[in-house]
Amino acid sequence: MTKQHANWSPYDNNGGTCVAIAGSDYCVIAADTRMSTGYSILSRDYSKIHKLADRAVLSSSGFQADVKALQKVLKSRHLIYQHQHNKQMSCPAMAQLLSNTLYFKRFFPYYAFNVLGGLDEEGKGCVFTYDAVGSYERVGYGAQGSGSTLIMPFLDNQLKSPSPLLLPKQDSNTPLSEAEAVDLVKTVFASATERDIYTGDKLEIMILKADGIKTELMDLRKD
Amino acid sequence: MTTFSVPIDNGDSMKIAEEESQRTLYPYVTGTSIVAIKYKDGVLMASDMGGSYGSTLRYKNIERVKAIGKHSLLGASGEISDFQEILRYLDELTLNDNMWDDGNSLGPKEIHNYLTRVMYNRRNKFNPLWNTLVLGGVKNGKSYLGMVSMIGVSFEDDHVATGFGNHLARPILRDEWHADLSFEDGVKLLEKCMRVLLYRDRSAINKLQIAKITEEGVTVSQPYSLKTYWEFSSFHNPTAGAAGSW
Repeated sequence: MTKQHANWSPYDNNGGTCVAIAGSDYCVIAADTRMSTGYSILSRDYSKIHKLADRAVLSSSGFQADVKALQKVLKSRHLIYQHQHNKQMSCPAMAQLLSNTLYFKRFFPYYAFNVLGGLDEEGKGCVFTYDAVGSYERVGYGAQGSGSTLIMPFLDNQLKSPSPLLLPKQDSNTPLSEAEAVDLVKTVFASATERDIYTGDKLEIMILKADGIKTELMDLRKD
Repeated sequence: MTTFSVPIDNGDSMKIAEEESQRTLYPYVTGTSIVAIKYKDGVLMASDMGGSYGSTLRYKNIERVKAIGKHSLLGASGEISDFQEILRYLDELTLNDNMWDDGNSLGPKEIHNYLTRVMYNRRNKFNPLWNTLVLGGVKNGKSYLGMVSMIGVSFEDDHVATGFGNHLARPILRDEWHADLSFEDGVKLLEKCMRVLLYRDRSAINKLQIAKITEEGVTVSQPYSLKTYWEFSSFHNPTAGAAGSW
């Protein structure tokens, strides 16, 4: 008899898009709130943004169960860090920890696509982008997840970050004001939602500054 | 999506065969959709009582909704034996919790979290529990409703449904659900969903239970049937109007 059932897979792609933009003294981190499986929507209100420290916010798409496990590991590692050092972890330190945590599972990876945003030790905005096994890079802006193919080239076009090949190293932070960055994020998500079936429902935007975090919500198409 | 082969053990070959025989690579006896909603005073959950062996209706009196501890209600679709195993885990968990005798007890959030960890842990071992679970409950005046899948995907929502229910019942719920539903209206809404499933999901049967959980506790209804109406003209002649070669 022929095989009747699909081969079981330990992975699923629950979709979703994450974007972060770094400015001179702020960082904008955004993600939609749709969670899908195949052509079905599981939830229209699932937050993909996770606050790891006062100055480090992680936004992740991919396989939700892995993302949740990853967030839990980072949360407990950060708790231990606080007990040992009596301070919050910096964003670049969290970036290295995330890379190591992902690479630790190199041969049974967390199927998670992350953008880490925050403020560095000098108070400047910073964004780190990752692949599923921990390769990472500090950038001025980044997009990950199902809508990243639509959003990333648009951000490249609009933000024209200096080439990383330039010497001496150029500041990759965007010259935008905070309001302009938030507007840009809203625009790219509204656009991605038009064409990416895994992006939609609602947009959650977090704005990180030295004096705290603001959260904004915007409705997206629900179809 | 990438598929994974079971890692090859270099030890005793008998051991490998034994380990492999323990893996659920496909389900045997399965239950179909669970539909659950929050309402004014708590959570309502509906399930039919069928147990399918492939496309054979093998069992007709399986309870797929059970009370867990004092504050939670668990519903399951998927492999029935795995569900009954999960109930044994939860029995042990709630018994241990009770033995502290400190007046504290696990709430629906804790049970949901526990189940998420169990499901995710088993998928990490490539030995999944073949279920989609729905967890509802009320504790300290707060209603809770969540879901966990076979591979550990979990979330909370105001209304949830597994399997066919996600396709057929949730659109109805998104149209008609609101937070201050009365018990009667909640039951009516669930019955509407179950009737649609009965008509369109071939493994659904016309014998169901609706369970209720409030601050006062759990009540699972006696099994009952829904009134059906099969005299719609498109039921008599389903291909009328559909262009086809015959």
